[in-house]
Amino acid sequence: MSGTTAAPPADAPSDAPRRSGWLSGPAVRNLGLVIALALICVAGVITGGERFADIDNVLTILRLASVTGVLAIGMTFVITSGGIDLSVGSVLGLTTVWATTVATQTMAEDIHWVLMVFTALVVGTAAGLVNGALIAYGRVVPFIATLAMLAAARGLAEMISDRQTQQVDVAGFTDFFRADWIGVPVLVWIFALVSVAGWVLLNRTTFGRRTVAIGGNEEASRLAGIKVKRHTLYLYGLAGLAAGIGGVMMLGRTTAGTSTNGVLYELDVIAAVVVGGTLLVGGRGTIVGTVLGVLIFNTLNNIFVINNMSTSAQNVAKGLIIVVAVLIQQRFANRSRST
Amino acid sequence: MVDVDRDDAETPEGTGAPANLLLRMEGIVKHFPGAKALDGVDLDVLPGEVHCLLGQNGAGKSTLIKVLSGAHQPTSGRILLDDAEIAIPHPVAALNHGIATIYQELDVVDGLTVAENIYLGHELDRGGFTQRRAATRRARDLLRRLGHPEISPHTEVGQLSAAGKQIVSMARALSHDARVIVMDEPSAVLDSGEVENLFRVVEGLTAQGVAVVYISHRLEEIRRIGDRITVLKDGRTVGRNLAVAATPTKELIKLMTGRTVEFAFPERPGVPDDAPVVLEVSDLALGSTFSDVSLEVRAGEIVGLAGLVGSGRSEILETIYGARRATSGHVRVGGRALRPGSVPAAVAANIGLAPEERKSQGLLLDEPVFKNITLSTFARTAKGGWLDERAERRAASEQAVALDLRPPQVGRAIRTLSGGNQQKALLARWLVHGCEVLLLDEPTRGVDVGARSEIYALVRSLADAGTAVVVVSSEIPEVLGLADQVLVVSEGQVVHRGPAQDIDEHAVLDLVMEGSAA
Repeated sequence: MSGTTAAPPADAPSDAPRRSGWLSGPAVRNLGLVIALALICVAGVITGGERFADIDNVLTILRLASVTGVLAIGMTFVITSGGIDLSVGSVLGLTTVWATTVATQTMAEDIHWVLMVFTALVVGTAAGLVNGALIAYGRVVPFIATLAMLAAARGLAEMISDRQTQQVDVAGFTDFFRADWIGVPVLVWIFALVSVAGWVLLNRTTFGRRTVAIGGNEEASRLAGIKVKRHTLYLYGLAGLAAGIGGVMMLGRTTAGTSTNGVLYELDVIAAVVVGGTLLVGGRGTIVGTVLGVLIFNTLNNIFVINNMSTSAQNVAKGLIIVVAVLIQQRFANRSRST
Repeated sequence: MVDVDRDDAETPEGTGAPANLLLRMEGIVKHFPGAKALDGVDLDVLPGEVHCLLGQNGAGKSTLIKVLSGAHQPTSGRILLDDAEIAIPHPVAALNHGIATIYQELDVVDGLTVAENIYLGHELDRGGFTQRRAATRRARDLLRRLGHPEISPHTEVGQLSAAGKQIVSMARALSHDARVIVMDEPSAVLDSGEVENLFRVVEGLTAQGVAVVYISHRLEEIRRIGDRITVLKDGRTVGRNLAVAATPTKELIKLMTGRTVEFAFPERPGVPDDAPVVLEVSDLALGSTFSDVSLEVRAGEIVGLAGLVGSGRSEILETIYGARRATSGHVRVGGRALRPGSVPAAVAANIGLAPEERKSQGLLLDEPVFKNITLSTFARTAKGGWLDERAERRAASEQAVALDLRPPQVGRAIRTLSGGNQQKALLARWLVHGCEVLLLDEPTRGVDVGARSEIYALVRSLADAGTAVVVVSSEIPEVLGLADQVLVVSEGQVVHRGPAQDIDEHAVLDLVMEGSAA
């Protein structure tokens, strides 16, 4: 069609920010997730009654959701850029082992708990940067590079801990992470904080813009002058940092540093991100969707548990949710593309 | 400004249509949304002949082949095989009729063996079990028929050279009992020894009564093995069944270039002699793709690179831009040497590139127009890492108005814009950035005729404002009409340079076609 025939509409406010945002695009997708979560809650109330609709139960759901939630925020960035990180669960396990080793073996009693936290964050970030370096500069595809890290980090954790569980008994650490603040567990506060920070980073900073741009069209981003490799390095470092935060939270919750911490978490995390509406091929990411995705899975788990149903049934339900959510998203994506 | 001149001057015709036609395409018309790719094409093919299809880029050769191979359905027109009308609703139907196509990008599966590739899609089987031994035997027969018994049916195709893969493609065609084999620029992927071999294979096929429809830009090859020529131009047959021996090159080039659509090119104000040299490229080379490329572009000057697809034009631009790392040579902007192989360095030196493949290399299709326009500047607009979308929208809107982007709302997804307006958005990206050097690769590809003149005027006004511009296009008139200076590129070498006014389309085609002897 010739450009000359496309007459501009009479009201052409070219630089006014569009206000239709709440009724279109991401908001509609998130609305769908909110409705799904609400329906699941209704099912919880019907089947579990008081035991479900109890403030303590709700806080339990949130507390359990917080670890995978933080991992999922990091994963959202990686997937939005068109990548994947299979190693987050293993890296989480490694950080818990390393941090408890520092506390129980290296420095024994007189360690300040902040040093443990610091250790976990550094180890997680370092593992992520190794992933990023392999992918960006070694040109290994993300699936393979992080699959290798999945195996290696788990093995390293086993070597360091000698397959022993190391209990945390550091003054202040458990006190801090098992406490409540205004009636809400500290772990939930951390999840909330990380989510808000993630949202700001993705939507309001140059880092987020680069992430979306690279996921949308890596070649175009490169030709526009974006340093794609360096950014890829940072992205996996960020996912590793999230795994480190998750490791600290895990320690706070279970007080046990063991190499089996976080086994298969990567699947739950990726499922939550994808169900949340972040495109696996990259170019579109939503932190709000990821948070809702995490809550949907954890609420569902909770309903199965309080109704004494088997974990096998939980897994079947999880599989169904993933398939249904992706089918709905695809139909939505096709519709919005054809208009 | 488009001046359409549809003179139906009579089409030169060679030998009259003999009775024993094998294949006839009559009045083939193919519309695409918004474009007419074929507008009445005729093609007559005799058994055992090499029929050459000649035409410039965009003349409709590829579309015609796709109609013949069942990949596209014609809007109207008839296809006759042995005087009986046939329908080719899908590629398998074409093969069943004995019409096989060998594409330039050889469609073989690297991980399978030669025999498996030859019988791909029509495996010899009994009750679902593949008859490997029979397939191997027959594959060996076909390869022998093609004069290549040295290729083992058990070899993995990925280990063969391009020439070997081509032979496998031909064997596959023969396995379908092909009577017509279409070859799309088969020599483009071969070296000169392999081309000789290809000619022997083609001669062998025609001796067996198979007709070959041969597409090539290289006139020398056509003279070597062609029998008759059909010339296409702007989707129509402009010369039919011309005997190769009786048709001089000059006549062919005239047929290929006679215009029906003329574009209005902006006037050249002339570059003042004291205008500073902004872009200086010296002895740039990239492996075996191109070498010894030197050029200077002054402020306000447009330099055009003319040449065929595959001549190295686009690679030259991409290497100047740092998207490919030069094996030798220098690029200087304003006298300062650029770090080779670094796009960020080029962008920092105020070079901008509007790439050849707009959609796959230039745009974030699902993102709004303004984010596409500010893709190389959002970090500069941002304050301490915090995006300033308001400022981005303002900058994008200013350019949208200046470039007459339609529609002007910068919040729309860029996917919804026409090709011409997407191109304007890409130019706007570099205007917001503030470019001293603009590299344009195929600036009007996929842009409809009405919007082209607009793009030309825009490029010229950028030059007038002091930008140094380098334009690459496969449409020779576009380069000649737009540029001040022209470099003709053939097979990775600059074979001519001079003012655009001093050379015409015929001369350029002469340089790139006759100069490219295999």
